[in-house]
Amino acid sequence: MKRFKALVLAGVLAMSLVFGACGSDAGTAGKPAGGNSNKVIKVGVVNNPPSESGYREANVKDMEAVFSKENGYELHTFYNIKNDEQLQAAQGFITEGVDYLLISAAETTGWDEVLKKAKEAGIKVYLFDRMIDVDESLYEAAVVSDMSKEGETAVNWLLAQNLSEYKVVHIQGAMGSDAQIGRTGALDAQFNSGKMKKVVQQTATWDEAEAKKIVESVINSGEDFNVIYAENDGMAKGAVAALDEAGITHGVNGKVIVMGFDCNKWALRELKAGAWNYDGQCSPFQAKIISDLIKGVTTASSKKIINEEKGFDAKELTDDDINTYGLGE
Amino acid sequence: MQDKVLLQMRQIEKKFPGVRALGGVDFTLRKGEIHALMGENGAGKSTLIKVLTGVYQMDGGEIKLDGELISIRSPQDAQNSGISTVYQEITLCPNLTVAENMFIGREDSAWVRHKDYEIRADEILGKLGIPARSRQQLGDCSLAVQQMVAIARAVDMKCKVLILDEPTSSLDDKEVNMLFDLMRSLKSQGVGIIFVTHFLEQVYEVSDRITVLRNGELVGEYLTEELPQVELVAKMIGKELDELSSLREEPDIVVEEKEVFYKAKGLSSSAALPFDFSIRQGEVNGFTGLLGSGRSESVRAIFGADKVTGGSVSIKGKPVKITRPVEAMKNGIGYLAEDRKRDGIIADLSVRENIILALQVMNGFFKPISRSESEAFADEYIKVLNIKTASRETPIGSLSGGNQQKVILARWLLTHPDYLILDEPTRGIDVGTKLEIQKLVLKLAEEGVSVTFISSEVEEMLRTCSRLIVMRDRHVVGELKGSDLNQEQVMKTIAGGEAKDEE
Amino acid sequence: MKNKNLNGFKLNLGQLTIPIIAICLLIIFNVFRDPGFFAIEITHNNDGNAVLAGNLISIINGASELAILAMGMTLVTAACGGQDISVGAAAAIAGSAFVKILKSTESINGGTVLFAFLFACIVAMLFGTFNGTLVAVFKIQPMIATLILYTCGRSIAYWINGGATPTVSSPIINAIGSFIPGIPVPTPVLIVITVAVIFKLVFHFTSLELLTQSVGINGSAARLNGINATFIKLLSFIILGACVAVAGCIGVSRLGLINHETLLIDVEMDAILAVAIGGNNLGGGKFKISGSIIGAYVIQMLTITLYAMKVSSTDVKAYKAIVIVLLVVIGSPVIKARFAKLLSRIRSDRQKVSTKGAE
Repeated sequence: MKRFKALVLAGVLAMSLVFGACGSDAGTAGKPAGGNSNKVIKVGVVNNPPSESGYREANVKDMEAVFSKENGYELHTFYNIKNDEQLQAAQGFITEGVDYLLISAAETTGWDEVLKKAKEAGIKVYLFDRMIDVDESLYEAAVVSDMSKEGETAVNWLLAQNLSEYKVVHIQGAMGSDAQIGRTGALDAQFNSGKMKKVVQQTATWDEAEAKKIVESVINSGEDFNVIYAENDGMAKGAVAALDEAGITHGVNGKVIVMGFDCNKWALRELKAGAWNYDGQCSPFQAKIISDLIKGVTTASSKKIINEEKGFDAKELTDDDINTYGLGE
Repeated sequence: MQDKVLLQMRQIEKKFPGVRALGGVDFTLRKGEIHALMGENGAGKSTLIKVLTGVYQMDGGEIKLDGELISIRSPQDAQNSGISTVYQEITLCPNLTVAENMFIGREDSAWVRHKDYEIRADEILGKLGIPARSRQQLGDCSLAVQQMVAIARAVDMKCKVLILDEPTSSLDDKEVNMLFDLMRSLKSQGVGIIFVTHFLEQVYEVSDRITVLRNGELVGEYLTEELPQVELVAKMIGKELDELSSLREEPDIVVEEKEVFYKAKGLSSSAALPFDFSIRQGEVNGFTGLLGSGRSESVRAIFGADKVTGGSVSIKGKPVKITRPVEAMKNGIGYLAEDRKRDGIIADLSVRENIILALQVMNGFFKPISRSESEAFADEYIKVLNIKTASRETPIGSLSGGNQQKVILARWLLTHPDYLILDEPTRGIDVGTKLEIQKLVLKLAEEGVSVTFISSEVEEMLRTCSRLIVMRDRHVVGELKGSDLNQEQVMKTIAGGEAKDEE
Repeated sequence: MKNKNLNGFKLNLGQLTIPIIAICLLIIFNVFRDPGFFAIEITHNNDGNAVLAGNLISIINGASELAILAMGMTLVTAACGGQDISVGAAAAIAGSAFVKILKSTESINGGTVLFAFLFACIVAMLFGTFNGTLVAVFKIQPMIATLILYTCGRSIAYWINGGATPTVSSPIINAIGSFIPGIPVPTPVLIVITVAVIFKLVFHFTSLELLTQSVGINGSAARLNGINATFIKLLSFIILGACVAVAGCIGVSRLGLINHETLLIDVEMDAILAVAIGGNNLGGGKFKISGSIIGAYVIQMLTITLYAMKVSSTDVKAYKAIVIVLLVVIGSPVIKARFAKLLSRIRSDRQKVSTKGAE
């Protein structure tokens, strides 16, 4: 019995070591500064962990692909969801003497001091994906998505379909998140103007299964609708599952128009198959833009660079698009 | 010794719903005196202490301290009047230092002056000869020293009356002696000490006077040197000596030639010191001794209820290993635990479920007793033992104590044990049920079941047992049978008169 | 004395009173609000099968995972006097393991699905054993012990399949998550019935129920009756692990997709609530699995009712909380005792009146 207890304890310890190790990737990845190399550009990336979402995973992969040895970079990374740890890592990168610091912060506050230190050390800072509450002078540029523009693009597409009437089931993401606020805004404007009718507006907090329940309840209530506007792909899939079970046609030539966001590869395939109508991109690909800025290929027109994002129509989607813009597998 | 009266409690009355816990009890404590308060369980010792310390409000009587009438409404009142208590369980904070513990909650202002406190603490510790330093963490000290720190805290609060409630129960001999030295030193400083304990020898070692309570009433106050131990025990249990010897004994059942069922050599557990024991088929024996003498701990070791730490056990001559209750049960041993509420009943379950529980466990996980079978068992034992319950599905928790006990008895009888251990089966139940249980024990023995019977009431044991094992201070101090089985001899052995020679 | 026994008997029977009253009130409320709320109709789904549809079906179907988890949670609660808050995270792990196997096979057929499910079961039961060991052997408070897996479970799920939201599509998966061709009842509902029957059979063919209750009510007495409390507690967590695997696989099959961040998110709280609404004592002891199942349906009906009433997104949780607070408070021992007192007073008043009448 005692031995068994010891064994279990050892197991727990081992597990905690594994967990501990996954948080400290950056520590081992970063080698000490190796003198002044003119050719290799040292880049420190502070980002959220890839496990956060499919978006983040694509984002991390993109960064690692662009800032590669082949492209003349030495990449140091740190992924953590906690602002404190991110701050410490950024501090570490400054001490190490990176040339550029790329940050997607967990929280918008607390970065003042670190960025000032970076500036003093002559390190140039780029923000990506997320803005930070600091003076503009502290960073070179911020490459971000404009979530409200994503919503506008989608709503404009929807208006271009010239339906005789718009009866929309609107499934929202987690209330208060940037993506939810941005993607809801444009549609709310249509609801308020009376151009579109809000059949239901409910949050499923990004949960696919919850989205299905919401749509089921609308179907059961007998209310008519012809558009499903889901604020991400997963919830769109949940909504479609409800339609399928109720025998309601959807997609190209279907009764109900299905719209999603994020451009997961599997979602684009649904689009290609005509089961959905529209998928809005939320591009995680900021690395190329930043790399071009660093290498002087392009110059920043303003401090805030909006990452161009597309919206895909099922009828115009190509296989190339899926491979280029699709996230995941 | 000064003879000045320090504390006088007169005609103290305390009633609880349905019970008269104290009926006109007098208690007098003199300056510089160690006064032992004695009595068996339920005698009213702790009620009296709680009245004195303000935990309970008395319903009648008066308390005078230094000749002045005082009223004690809360523990705070008691403390302010100079009455301090040190309980059996340490009530200090082990993660603070000794000094902090001595002064916690008594700071004169919000500012804690650690230095001052430490100096003062060291002074007091030195004066009392307590082997502790003020900056030591209390948790690092031995239990005895912790207890002494608690006493030092009380003494520093200018206490006149110090109550020590079972202070020695978790100390070893050396620590007990240290504590006694401290008590004597306090005594010489004029503090009156009320000493509550169940260790008779300690009473004789350190106390000057003894007050005995029984059933909430005062039996008497005696000078320790004038009261022999045997008489003390008799007074606690409530039989005068001559009365005891006149009691007629039941004839013994002859079991000498029967086979030995259970035999243990040097059996010990985390709670019981090593002891030898054996019982024959159809024999009824008993463990006796005062509360805390180790009688329950010993039978628990037989059943494997506590962690068994050593010794060899054989059943019908074959060596067996019994370290867990289930192993004892598989070897035909049943155990009715002393604390019915804590260790016996499964309160929310029905009478039926409580009855089949032990048999179910023995049958194994994959052989559940069917509903109809269990109903039949329950009905049978409700009838046989005359259990008064609304139905077999009534939760056992809503039955009276006696009927609960019968259900637990039924649980063990249903397993058809070869050896049944009954620890205080008759405590807290009515007289009628008591007799029924005693009769049942004798009937079981006739059927060849070995029974160990423990009771606080010696008379009850004399009526049922053919052999008595006497324990004192966690040791077996004697074994009585045949003509020795009488109250007088039992008292003597418990008290340690003759038995002392054997050690 | 006799009276007291009778009262105890009544309360004992009444464990299901609160959940049944709750579900009745919700039904009555909905029928008044919208007489057609519970209408069931037969429609043809997009695969061309005739299937049942309607709010009632949505409620019963939607609560499937919750009901299964609540059953396992009841057992853990009864034996350990605490709850497992890691079931959502563990379900994400089990679901990820399920998807992992399916994605690594050439083609998805009945055999691979069964294998994937069994693999998910083993994984979930191992994690159950981990939780159970912390609770039963190391005597850690269940909520604290399971906090570990609650915190890291979804990360572990991420490691299994990597990021994004891996999808699996197959008619078999679709049949598990939605409808089997030719059967109009949603498959998850059938699975709930199966699990409930298995529980019933386990209780019938083993002494698990009695032993679990004994351990939960009075651990000390249970031990002295030869019950291995450690084993019983560990077993309850392993059984919950199996329930977690079933729930996780249903969740994955509904959409053919695993999102480790959202699969059965927050379900642990609902599962605990279901146990509480079911009249089970969260401190352990006597339990009724049926109560927890009803509790799960109460929660689901509440959610669907709020959806049907088009309560705004931001308010749904607040309304849910209000109703649940009411339910739990009404079921609390304090209110029960007050109510019993009131009842007995009314009864005695009536007796007085009748005796007066007789005079």
